[in-house]
Amino acid sequence: MSEHRRIAVVVNGTPYEAEVETRKYLAEFLREDLSLVGTHIGCEHGVCGTCTVLMNGVSVRSCLVLAVQANGAEVMTVEGLATDGQMHPLQEAFREKQGLQCGYCTPGMLVRAYELLEENPEPTAEWVREGLANNLCRCTGYQYIVEAVLAAAERLRGSSVAEGQPFEPATSSRTNQEA
Amino acid sequence: MKPAPFNYHAPSTTEEAVGLLAELGSQGRILAGGQSLFQLMNFRVVKPENLIDINPVSELDYIRVDDGTLAIGARTRQSALERSTEAARHSPLIVEAVKNVAHPSVRNRGTVGGSVAYADPASELPAVVLTSGGEVVLTGADGQRTLSAGDFFRGPYTNACSPDELLTEVRLPRWPDGTGHAFLEFQRKHGSYALVGTAVLVHLDGESIDRVAISLCGVDQTPVRASRAEDLVRGNVPSDGLFEEAAAEATSDLHPLPDVKGSAAYRLKLARVYVRRALELAVSRAKGERP
Repeated sequence: MSEHRRIAVVVNGTPYEAEVETRKYLAEFLREDLSLVGTHIGCEHGVCGTCTVLMNGVSVRSCLVLAVQANGAEVMTVEGLATDGQMHPLQEAFREKQGLQCGYCTPGMLVRAYELLEENPEPTAEWVREGLANNLCRCTGYQYIVEAVLAAAERLRGSSVAEGQPFEPATSSRTNQEA
Repeated sequence: MKPAPFNYHAPSTTEEAVGLLAELGSQGRILAGGQSLFQLMNFRVVKPENLIDINPVSELDYIRVDDGTLAIGARTRQSALERSTEAARHSPLIVEAVKNVAHPSVRNRGTVGGSVAYADPASELPAVVLTSGGEVVLTGADGQRTLSAGDFFRGPYTNACSPDELLTEVRLPRWPDGTGHAFLEFQRKHGSYALVGTAVLVHLDGESIDRVAISLCGVDQTPVRASRAEDLVRGNVPSDGLFEEAAAEATSDLHPLPDVKGSAAYRLKLARVYVRRALELAVSRAKGERP
């Protein structure tokens, strides 16, 4: 018993059609069938968030969504962030602020951060920290990731609020233990 | 690929879904948000031969008030419940509770009906349905029946649904205006499973409590209603001493399972603290002292 279905899905603006086994997850489909290997697979059961992608505009764990369930959907992966070879301000900020070390969680972090800034372009550090608790990082302690997201938010808003950002340095003891 | 192979069915109406259940019997399994079922399938704890995916059943995606009852369609995403102003007006308790379910990306897929039907004894939504005096609607090929929450949760991950029935709606009666609510739980880290959770509703008549409901999750085989603690509180004027007594009573006959995250004794101690705090918070909200 190995059932296949034909699906049509738009990924990062490009339409694809493919024949997939019904038990194949979206994350595996993206990587194996579309060669979009930016989406990483971590825990494979919905805990770590490394495989986070946007499906019809909201973040999902692509290891807990079947490829057949994405039939007819619009998906955005980390590869959808850059435009015309130009990195997205979030990606720039992650590089500048060193919001990554090993880089394994980064695709999920970036996609989740993108969703957070779509929801609230003027976030506080606390809000970003809580929002990123959705995703695990085992290297950075999150501090530089939070700083990168705040820096990107500032850049995306333009220079109108350059000073007086809700940018809180790590002063409390809980900052490294949140997520 | 991690799950064992299965046949995939994607009905677009409740009728089709129930028809498939009737046809497949115990060979069929309902797939709702998949945030728990896929975990079990990935570890091959379960190997359903047929998955009946109700995600396309959009007629089960609704939040509405019927006759003073908040009716939530089984396929409603947890994230939609979290953002629903209608739900917040009618049952702020369930909205407060659902924010404790895992993380936003999980709630974007996870459904209200799936969470209630899964009947995880540590889960938030079953405890809320029990506290509110809620009901579930089960739909089968032969029609519908409505069960109280107390009759629905039978044991760990076990509910009263027959193999040919689909949970289609969760119903929460409205508590009177001025009711105070509180959902509190202890998680080892943000968004992880609760060691202990507690849901409280309180209504005051003048100085004294005239209606109260207290439930706990994570401390026994099912979510538990603390009826004797409710009896102790009802008719009395709230005080620190009363909350302390009620918390002791609520946790006097529970049987939490120990695991790597905490011993049974630790969970009982936590439960006692959380019931007291939830009572305090719900009463202060009923008095309008806290938002």
